Amino acid sequence: MLNRRSILGAAGAVLLTIGALAGALAEEKSIIVQSTTSTANSGLFDHLLPLFQQKTGIRVDVVAVGTGQAIKNAANGDGDVLFVHAKADEEKFVAEGNGVERFDVMYNDFVVVGPKADPAGIAGSRDAAAALAKVAAAGAPFVSRGDDSGTHKAELKLWKAAGVDVKAASGGWYRETGSGMGQTLNIAAGMSGYALTDRATWAAFQNKGELTIVVEGDTKLLNQYGIILVNPVKFPRVKAEAGKAFVDWVISDEGQKAIADFKVSGEQVFFPNAKKAGG
Amino acid sequence: MPTANATVAFFLIDTMQDFTLAFVLAGQLLIGLDPTLMGIVGLSLAVTGSALLVACLIGFPVGALIGFRQFRGRSFVIVCLNALMGLPPVVVGLLVYMMLSNAGPLGFLQLLYTPSAMIVAQAVLITPIVAALSRQVVETLAREYADTFRTLVVPWPTALLALLRDGRSGLATVALAGFGRAIAEVGAVIIVGGNIAHVTRVMTTSIALETSKGDLALALALGFVLLLIALAVNATVAALSLATREAGHG
Repeated sequence: MLNRRSILGAAGAVLLTIGALAGALAEEKSIIVQSTTSTANSGLFDHLLPLFQQKTGIRVDVVAVGTGQAIKNAANGDGDVLFVHAKADEEKFVAEGNGVERFDVMYNDFVVVGPKADPAGIAGSRDAAAALAKVAAAGAPFVSRGDDSGTHKAELKLWKAAGVDVKAASGGWYRETGSGMGQTLNIAAGMSGYALTDRATWAAFQNKGELTIVVEGDTKLLNQYGIILVNPVKFPRVKAEAGKAFVDWVISDEGQKAIADFKVSGEQVFFPNAKKAGG
Repeated sequence: MPTANATVAFFLIDTMQDFTLAFVLAGQLLIGLDPTLMGIVGLSLAVTGSALLVACLIGFPVGALIGFRQFRGRSFVIVCLNALMGLPPVVVGLLVYMMLSNAGPLGFLQLLYTPSAMIVAQAVLITPIVAALSRQVVETLAREYADTFRTLVVPWPTALLALLRDGRSGLATVALAGFGRAIAEVGAVIIVGGNIAHVTRVMTTSIALETSKGDLALALALGFVLLLIALAVNATVAALSLATREAGHG
């Protein structure tokens, strides 16, 4: 007879088995990479990681959060490799003994997107700071990440160059979402606002609505990515060997070519620029 | 303002299309038994099922004890327990992250970014819910049984077991409330699980991810699938409790 207790018991047994299986899976050689939403959402990792796993047998688990949070997580020793885009913070991370060494990996660029109606009249501009100053002057809605991410830091630098105090405007025309790139673009599309985004996320984004690229091509909009092995001396649980294998592969000719080969709708979105070792 | 109206109309048509597309997509995903989706659904059920098991094992007896026994400070305990039902998932996620982080006290367990960490977070989230609601169920029943227990001089552990047994249909609803809360939350599991593909990606974190990619139709389709799962679980429990009730009468 089926009574409630035996059903519960059976359910418990099934769950324990699943738990054990999940545990067994975790035994497979794997590393954790703390990275950003831009690299994950664009699909770059879906392209790179199978190639790396095929070659080395190492599975790479990606935690995709904002650069600020990724750096914080890695500084707690939660992760084996840090792969983000905020050079000054990355160098600080290494200087504080949290990482071994920082390597340039690739760059892409930021673009300013905005509504086709373009209330600030900045479409076609190649001077990002001047364009943002116009947005501020027009009081047109600008949607910011506001989450201490790499993109947010880059945006704040542009505002500084434009001589605009966005803190004072926060809650007015300047809207801080405190969320990821995609969420921020969703909001910008919803309120027909301007936003700064990396080109890769933009190319892969599917809810563009009325938004289009209005400013691009300014050298100030370059977006450099770096990769760092989390310091195994400071954090003994870091899988140093497998982590180093991943770092080495990403900056190797093979890894760099794989990055160049990655395309979104036929367009190359990341440009490898790792310096050769000793170069 | 004709332009503004046109924009609104455009947006409406756009969202309606997404809505229809979501239905079609949900159907395709389910009919095609999409293997990635099946993995995600399986993990969602395994994580939430395990968390619920833990929550019931702790929450039922704790709730029953508080509901049945009289002790000093009982009202205070009940108020606290009820307040804990409002624990924000993201706070639970943060606390569990700080515990399980390599910089935290339980880092040596190496549970962060594994399904186990997600089970811990969901169990912490719903144990107070299960305890608080089962306290209510048992208390009501205990009042009904008070005279019988007194006349027969039943020792309290026996009485407790009798209350848990006779309150089982109420407690099943309590468990379902816990299940619903756990399977629907995203704030805790995304922090402690990391939303890693094929490892810690569950229904809710997938929905969050697809939304952030701007693929609203797919996100909504996954939402429909999640609702269907909740419906299936509730229907199963309803069928089971009906079956046991009939078996009890027969």
